[in-house]
Amino acid sequence: MTNFLQQKVPIMEALNQYKSMRVVPFDVPGHKRGRGNPELAAFLGEQCLSMDVNSMKPLDNLCHPVSVIKEAEELAAQAFNAKHAFFMVNGTTSAVQAMIMTACKAGDKIIMPRNVHRSAINALILSGAVPVYVNPGVHSELGIALGMALKDVKEAILEHKDAKAILINNPTYYGICSDLQALTDLAHQHDMLVLVDEAHGTHFYFGDNLPASAMSVGADMASVSMHKSGGSLTQSSFLLINNDVSEGYTRQIINLTQTTSGSYLLLSSLDISRRNLALNGKEIFQKVAEMAYYTRTEINKIGGYYAYSKELINGDTIFDFDVTKLSVDTRDIGLAGIEVYDILRDEYDIQIEFGDIGNILAYISVGDRHLDLERLVAALAEIKRRYSQDKNSVFIHEYIRPQVALTPQEAFYAPKQKLPISESAGYISSEFVMCYPPGIPILAPGERITEEILDFIQYSKDKGCFLTGTEDSDIANINVLKEFVE
Amino acid sequence: MNLWYTENHSPNVRFSLEVEEHIYTGKSDFQKIDILQTLEFGRILTLDGLVMCTEKDEFIYHEMITHVALATNPAIKKVLVIGAGDGGTIRELTAYPTIEQIDMVEIDKMVVDVCREFLPQTASKLDDPRVNLYFEDGLKFVRRIENDYDLIIVDSTDPFGPGEGLFTKEFYGNCYKALKEDGILVNQHESPFYAEDALGMRKAHQKIVGFFPVCKVYQFHMPTYPSGHWLFGFASKKFDPILDLDATAWNDLDLKTRYYNTDIHVGSFALPNYVKEQLKDVE
Repeated sequence: MTNFLQQKVPIMEALNQYKSMRVVPFDVPGHKRGRGNPELAAFLGEQCLSMDVNSMKPLDNLCHPVSVIKEAEELAAQAFNAKHAFFMVNGTTSAVQAMIMTACKAGDKIIMPRNVHRSAINALILSGAVPVYVNPGVHSELGIALGMALKDVKEAILEHKDAKAILINNPTYYGICSDLQALTDLAHQHDMLVLVDEAHGTHFYFGDNLPASAMSVGADMASVSMHKSGGSLTQSSFLLINNDVSEGYTRQIINLTQTTSGSYLLLSSLDISRRNLALNGKEIFQKVAEMAYYTRTEINKIGGYYAYSKELINGDTIFDFDVTKLSVDTRDIGLAGIEVYDILRDEYDIQIEFGDIGNILAYISVGDRHLDLERLVAALAEIKRRYSQDKNSVFIHEYIRPQVALTPQEAFYAPKQKLPISESAGYISSEFVMCYPPGIPILAPGERITEEILDFIQYSKDKGCFLTGTEDSDIANINVLKEFVE
Repeated sequence: MNLWYTENHSPNVRFSLEVEEHIYTGKSDFQKIDILQTLEFGRILTLDGLVMCTEKDEFIYHEMITHVALATNPAIKKVLVIGAGDGGTIRELTAYPTIEQIDMVEIDKMVVDVCREFLPQTASKLDDPRVNLYFEDGLKFVRRIENDYDLIIVDSTDPFGPGEGLFTKEFYGNCYKALKEDGILVNQHESPFYAEDALGMRKAHQKIVGFFPVCKVYQFHMPTYPSGHWLFGFASKKFDPILDLDATAWNDLDLKTRYYNTDIHVGSFALPNYVKEQLKDVE
């Protein structure tokens, strides 16, 4: 019965129906099915432009769905076992922000790991919510930030019983999961909402033998990047809600910042991809896991690289590992991950997801071909042969515990001054500094700048990381608070 | 009955052969495989609709991909052949009693099976006791080998489809590693004439020159390949194909060839100016 319902693709069906009616468009968009912009139509394809249409009665309206979008959202909710699913067209960023702004008003506390995506801290700037950071666990050998320890969260909860919600990454960019069930139960015992950033976890809802998904453990809200492992177009995403979270209020929050001209290209891509996952997801992610397993095994045979997996599991800060992720520690060949990332692209025409100081991440999906996996492995073997150097040449920085002086919103809007970044130690930052990807802030607004942080920023720059976040696009200057805060 | 096989040699040029009989068609995990009986070229093998080999002109390709390296270094004993599903390259190599081992790595077993059945002219020597067949990805095979072969021959299809990985920098680098210190690499090097083939030629050359001290290109005349003007690459760690050619020694072997001779050997490295310029641009 479920499968029968999941065969439906209401938005796609409505678009096809609308096209077949050959309606004369005296509405936006002005390219009028591409006729008004032949160059764009030739580049993107006529079919694509003919589907780029406006909200209207037969096609529903994203801001207030009553027909086909509503039906598609209900099908998505069913597929993900949620109470309701919202179609998001401004990225998972907007879903994360809607979660936080639904759960917290200005001044409300939210417990979160510090290694969140910038979108979460941006939501704090917008809403004025106050973060209570839990330092993530750190892997002593790999140097990567892990999940949150249950004990640390418990401490934070007991210390901040007035917190409204807790935010959890499931999984991290590297594929590492916290004990989602235990954290959810703990938060619920203290009447806190559980918000889950599942930007990298869409497949948990469909594959076998994958970590638990937010909805499966009874979490309250989850942001799911359908455009990552789910196969939809870039920028399209789902926001899932559960339990007592109000659909109407969440919709109001979404509508505060969401476009009123939701793209039907994005919406139909969500609809079609949801059907595909519901019907074929199990086989798809079985195949992805097998490809990742094969590639991981072959990379580990090269020597000098460590493609890690479930052996890392420690029952707490690495409660589970997402085996579809191909994360590789590169330090033993004497190259930073970002250096391997650059060599792969510049020398071998291979683009991977990201490289940081110690690791690279190659994104494996159902779209990969076996011969491409062979190319990646062979290129890594060649990079080791041609470029490897003394393994002590990569300097691993431990996770730096942030010193939080002000909330992100207070710091962002406070009177500020511009300083050369090298002279900023001791001041409170008014802005972000991060490498992108992965987009996890090294420094967030309201945090004290230290020599250690400046060293890490300089080192990342030297190794070739793409730094972003400051008003000054060269990251030579940084805005700090005028007033010195103890 | 008027049955013609047509292949696009460029987006705007077509090449057609009159067909007597469509002998075989099948689809492997990698590609579509067809055998046609044609009036002019005899039996032909096509992969994904592109001519790979015909009974009438295959000798040109297979003689030129093998004898140039073996006349340059007659001491070659251990050879790795990548691709070459039709078996023609192996047939030429088995003519040398001095070769002790030939490892052939072809990704698509079905191509070999089909050629054994329908193209005995090229597949005849695949059962030679010196030949070991491996059905796997060539890039994967060569990745695990170090300092082992005297000669690697890359007898591949085009740089798209299953042969894609054999036109990459990681592949040529791994070949370098798999060769002994005096090893030679001969590769299918595309054509300088039509734009798409010429791009493949330039990219292949650009990727090989970084690895080998000796890096040359030689040409041959292949009637059924686009433009008829085709190239092989000769890259080596030590031997120069002209300076080190021992013509007397090769001629003393008294091998029967229809295209290759030691004069063609030298002459094939003389390239037209437009080809030289394209190669120079990427060096």
